[in-house]
Amino acid sequence: MSEEPVVSLKAIGKHFGEGATRVDALRDIALDVFPGTVIGLRGPSGSGKSTLLNVIGCITEPNSGSMWLNGELVYDDKWLRSDLRGLRLEKIGFIFQSHNLLPFLNAWENVAIARILAGATKAQARARALELLDYLGVSHRKDAMPGQLSGGEAQRIAIARAMANDPRIILADEPTAALDSQRAGIVMDLMRKVAEERRTAVIVVTHDEKIFNRFDHIFALRDGMLEAPAAKAA
Amino acid sequence: MNLALKDIRHNLGRFLLTCLGLSLLLGIVLAMIGIYRGLILESLGLARAANAHVWVVEGGTRGPFAEASRLPGDTREAIAAQWGVAAAGAVAYQNVEAQHRGAIKRMLVVGAEIGRPGEAPQIVAGRPILRSRYEAIADRRAGLALGEQVKLGRDTFTVVGHTENLVASGGDPVVYITLRDAQKLQFDLTPAATRREAARTQAAGTAAAGGSTDTVNAVLVRLLPGVDAEAFAAGIVRWKQLGALTQSQQEAVLSRSVIERARQQIGMFTSLLMIVSTVIIGLIVYTMTIDKKKSIATLKLIGAPDRRIVGLIVQQALAMGVIGFAAGAVLINLTHGYFPRRLVLEPTDAMVLSGIVLVVCLLASGLGVRAALKIDPASALAG
Ligand SMILES: Nc1ncnc2c1ncn2[C@@H]1O[C@H](COP(=O)(O)OP(=O)(O)OP(=O)(O)O)[C@@H](O)[C@H]1O
Ligand SMILES: [Mg+2]
Repeated sequence: MSEEPVVSLKAIGKHFGEGATRVDALRDIALDVFPGTVIGLRGPSGSGKSTLLNVIGCITEPNSGSMWLNGELVYDDKWLRSDLRGLRLEKIGFIFQSHNLLPFLNAWENVAIARILAGATKAQARARALELLDYLGVSHRKDAMPGQLSGGEAQRIAIARAMANDPRIILADEPTAALDSQRAGIVMDLMRKVAEERRTAVIVVTHDEKIFNRFDHIFALRDGMLEAPAAKAA
Repeated sequence: MNLALKDIRHNLGRFLLTCLGLSLLLGIVLAMIGIYRGLILESLGLARAANAHVWVVEGGTRGPFAEASRLPGDTREAIAAQWGVAAAGAVAYQNVEAQHRGAIKRMLVVGAEIGRPGEAPQIVAGRPILRSRYEAIADRRAGLALGEQVKLGRDTFTVVGHTENLVASGGDPVVYITLRDAQKLQFDLTPAATRREAARTQAAGTAAAGGSTDTVNAVLVRLLPGVDAEAFAAGIVRWKQLGALTQSQQEAVLSRSVIERARQQIGMFTSLLMIVSTVIIGLIVYTMTIDKKKSIATLKLIGAPDRRIVGLIVQQALAMGVIGFAAGAVLINLTHGYFPRRLVLEPTDAMVLSGIVLVVCLLASGLGVRAALKIDPASALAG
């Protein structure tokens, strides 16, 4: 690929605890993720998948190595940016296993809030939210409260929220775990669509074998180490 | 988009219930302050009603309210003859329990001279006392109708006029009669033994001229324009057997004796209620924050700055305080007529209290803010 990677990790290490209780969650991780690709992260429970996603999302601070996001060196044995929340707001969209929509905002407001936090006016944010809900096929549910949404609808609203600020990277931790295979397929198709049309890099942690064939690359983690990437699935 | 408001709307029932509880607390605080203001007004009311510049009392006392003061009846003439005096009137005060319509009523009977300082002020109904015997002017609180008869001591008085909001510092309504009637009443009410003793000493010729029944409690002096009250009072004090207080000294004495204690008690209850309010607001804001833990973690993860999250919590605390206070104020304004004591609601008091409530809200939200700031954004991912 000729393009620059959006996410680039070199020798990233992360451990929790010290001495006898020390857990090496990530060891010497090297990874490049390119724009427009959908990457899968798999591995047994406790292998470090969530930790890796959190490191890329600038939520968990690694202990060693270096990390570039969108060409900018953000970690080099320490955070190089003081404003990690601002970085997340602009560059990274998050999708969670349980949708994590704010229960006191309705569907479009949940999407708009991300845009408002980034400095948009309410009108701008609303227009953007409605456009995204339309794009993801849930505009008919724009006024529903999260409690009234089905799992699949909620997850699509959550994707819309992740996309609100046109991030370079979307990180999803088991986004289909709570969905049946048909809805899981729809959600994965949407992420693929986002990746291809918006050149966003999508990294998805999953246990779900049903969707393994939907990634450009699948990386397997074992005891905090990245195994050689499997070739493009099917 | 105001997150605080949206969240309140989402949990409206609980929020309003909390506000209601808070409004009752703050309403009580307002009522206490109102009662305190009422006490001040009532206790000063009698002294102010006298409309005097100087109070001449028994030497060495600060009477007639804070200490007992007895003066010979002829003191008035001596004072009236002083340079600078426009008018002087003798007054007598007597606490009386009277039988009225089958119930015992406590009242403060004021004896004053017709047309002289100390007379009943501002008659709101009926007429002033015109005849020197057996007429009375009662405060509305005494529950005596115009034309009604009331027995005080051995004599029966007819109520000819009404005053309003004139009560003694203990809350007893004030009834005015003439000084002569009051002196008779005082004599009638003195225990028989003391009376015989007095009669004997009088007969023995050792009592002061005029006899022991001709005593008054104070002489009220109104000065000519331009005469300095303090200088006049200082001149009076030089007559060893007399004391003198200017009107402002008299009010200060009253404030000190009556009001200080009330201020302490009411101040203590008010502070306790404010502490209770702080704890309630604090706990509610804290639980509201903990209930939103996941939402706050999600907001932080998406990239919301801390000030946005602190704002969410502080705004909710302030909203609670503002609504609670406003509802409390409305409540007290609607119900203040039903309180047993006079409630004086001063806008400045309400303003000061609302300021304190806002500070209390800020303090109370501290607990919630602390909890919110400690929430780890990564916890949004778990589960
Ligand atoms: N905050 C933490 N404190 C201590 N240990 C942690 C923490 N987070 C993760 N770990 C440990 O790091 C290792 C990797 O955890 P991680 O959550 O990344 O696993 P995972 O692959 O996402 O597992 P799962 O499939 O169960 O979600 C585990 O041994 C876990 O116990
Ligand atoms: Mg995990």
